[in-house]
Amino acid sequence: MTTKTTATKRTPTRFGNRQQLQQILAFAGLVVIFGFFSFASPYFLDWANVKGILLATAVTGIMALGATFVIATGGIDLSVGTGMTLCSVMTGVFLANLGLPLVVGVLGGLAVGALIGLLNGLNVSYLRLPPFIATLAMMMVAQGLSLVISGTKPIYFSDVAGFDELAGGELIPGLPNAVLIFFAAAAIAGVVLSKTLTGRYALSIGSNEEATAISGVDVRRWKVVIYVVAGLFTGLAGVVMASRLNSAQPGLGLGYELEAIAAVVIGGTSLRGGKATILGTVIGALIMATLTNGLRIMSIPQEWQKVAVGIVIVLAVYADILRRGKEA
Amino acid sequence: MGISKSFPGVRALDDVHIDLRHGEVLALVGENGAGKSTLMKLLAGIYQPDAGTMELEGAPMSPAGPRQANELGISVIHQEFHLMPDLTVAQNIFIGREPRRASLIRDDELERRAGLLFERLGIPLDPRQPVSHLSVAGQQMVEIAKALSFDARVLIMDEPTAALTETEVATLFRIVRDFVSPRTGVIYVSHRMEEVKEISDRITVLRDGHYVDTMPTAETATRQVIAAMVGRQLEVGVRPDPAAPDPAEREVVLSVRGLTTRKLLKDVSFDLHRGEILGFAGLMGAGRTEVARAIIGADRSTGVVEVKGKRVAVRNPADAVRNGIGYLSEDRKRYGLLLDQDVVRNVMLSSLPGMTRAGFVRDLDGRRVARQMVDQLAIRTPSVTQTTKNLSGGNQQKVVLAKWLVRDCDVLIVDEPTRGIDVGAKDEIYGLLTSLAAQGKSIIVISSELPEVLRLADRIVVMCEGRITGTLANADATQHDIMELATRFGADHLITTGDAE
Repeated sequence: MTTKTTATKRTPTRFGNRQQLQQILAFAGLVVIFGFFSFASPYFLDWANVKGILLATAVTGIMALGATFVIATGGIDLSVGTGMTLCSVMTGVFLANLGLPLVVGVLGGLAVGALIGLLNGLNVSYLRLPPFIATLAMMMVAQGLSLVISGTKPIYFSDVAGFDELAGGELIPGLPNAVLIFFAAAAIAGVVLSKTLTGRYALSIGSNEEATAISGVDVRRWKVVIYVVAGLFTGLAGVVMASRLNSAQPGLGLGYELEAIAAVVIGGTSLRGGKATILGTVIGALIMATLTNGLRIMSIPQEWQKVAVGIVIVLAVYADILRRGKEA
Repeated sequence: MGISKSFPGVRALDDVHIDLRHGEVLALVGENGAGKSTLMKLLAGIYQPDAGTMELEGAPMSPAGPRQANELGISVIHQEFHLMPDLTVAQNIFIGREPRRASLIRDDELERRAGLLFERLGIPLDPRQPVSHLSVAGQQMVEIAKALSFDARVLIMDEPTAALTETEVATLFRIVRDFVSPRTGVIYVSHRMEEVKEISDRITVLRDGHYVDTMPTAETATRQVIAAMVGRQLEVGVRPDPAAPDPAEREVVLSVRGLTTRKLLKDVSFDLHRGEILGFAGLMGAGRTEVARAIIGADRSTGVVEVKGKRVAVRNPADAVRNGIGYLSEDRKRYGLLLDQDVVRNVMLSSLPGMTRAGFVRDLDGRRVARQMVDQLAIRTPSVTQTTKNLSGGNQQKVVLAKWLVRDCDVLIVDEPTRGIDVGAKDEIYGLLTSLAAQGKSIIVISSELPEVLRLADRIVVMCEGRITGTLANADATQHDIMELATRFGADHLITTGDAE
């Protein structure tokens, strides 16, 4: 009753595409940060450094892609960090310990990710655990299993021919494969989120779970599917991480989930669900990596880098709130 | 001193003026989208006017927020409740103004004050009860008590009776009459003409964000008011000639046998025929919505559901939709709409699997279908990419209906299809349901408004306290008959009747 339509027809470009605006804003933020650092440090725009930024974006970025799906439903996935580690370790077990073929090992790593997602999804859907709790538990389980399975020692891929080339090689000269994989994964994630039932239902569930269920969508089943999709990205991140380091480091991973979530949030995805874009997440991940890199180049201590990232999260989300307030 | 308010793409109020006199009840009526709620929100300080002024007893007034409006003596009871379900009744009423000693809240004093307030208002509620334990009517009473706990001079009520039964409405009216004094006034927003006639002294009509007229209630016929609202003559409650052959003679599409739930339903059995509109009447809490929810698998139940003679297992709404049963809930915001998504996404929601190619959603088709629906149902929206929360209640309801039309269910269960909707949109929805039935769809209409049931239904199932107490053919049914069946178990409250007799 608060609105009344006027006779004029409104074009969708001004009102309908608020998400585009959101991305433009995030992108503008990225440009500003980039501009600032290239001004502040002569080394920043060096290709080697930019490559470093892209590489640093890749693993967190891939995890953030998966997390975007879960966050779109209004859930949260805390298990992507240590889950990624478990996938690394299992890839190590498949390839280095069991000596399985490369393809099988990589697919095995992805499958472990999918399994983590499946368990998360079943716990959320059928045991009705809050996503925070279900994935917090999975975070701990995955961390513990990584240490148990690896005997707390890194697994090296030195004897697995070609594994380090997966992420470290350069199909396009000058651009590491890890970055290519990230962008390819982002493209796939973008299509899945905006063009398939999985993505559409994720956003619908995030908007209004009860209405989606009453509309005849089997919400419980689709939630499991969504968590499995998220898990697949976790698996991919694990494989890429292992390949980059040419080893599976069981002690790594804790805290990565928060960076991934931060990237998603900076990209304008609402933690309440219903609103999410992959492009936003990619930009968010780039902002995180650029910021860390630039501050390091300016010799700002690591402790202060964290403070800066925290402030950027607040600014990004507040800008989003301001903009929404104007439109409402 | 006309007042105006615009929203992006929408001019909600244009040069509107009203005046409320001391000691009167002023009814504010108009179709959905007429601007009543916007006007209320201006008075309550929730919105600020773009142009125009407001005065309170001759002094300029511009409340910067709800709190300041309260302090000025303006209390608003909104259509939607703003209560904290886990807090007690008393805590809800005095939230933000809790009596304290040494900064600790004094719950005993809180409860005492709430108790006094209820005593004064004649409301039988326990201040210590959590709000979540109360019925909708009980929650409404808490809202009213909260509004009156301020020293209000102006009381504004938006559709206060939407969820109340007749006895509760009587209680509400008594409270309103008690409140009116030479220093106070009431603005009463409602769609229900009968109530407006009963409670108000004057009636102000808005239409499309414009002021139309103010009329003294006693000298104005209901027809005149409705004509001013919709700008055209409107016949309410006339049932079109029944279809021939009698739908009750046709084949059974949905058969329900022995539907029972742990909480309420006992042995509910009925048949729904092809092209038939089956009305479900009963008092609040009789179990009509529960029947619908049990059929679509939203709640657990025992019993047999057969679709076209075949027994089906419906464990969740997805199963129901697969078997061609759609449910349009009485609570469209909670169970009907994705409020922050656009018309296209809402209209497509139930039909997505059928609208994909190679796993990809065909958005262009969705958009085309949505446009078609907007035209067919006369949904008033700037475009199909408009977010549904920006639509008026009647248009939102049409969007939900469109969703089920696109899904093309054989059986449609509509629960209070015209709740909170103005007479014009009501009539459109009646016409739509009737024509759907004529096309061979089978429809169950659950409604608390007897004229609505009598207007729509071929047969009427009456429920009381979880059981079916009778089934009447429309031709021999009167409101009196239905009422008798609905109160067969001696329930203590009466159904709400609409304005047609």
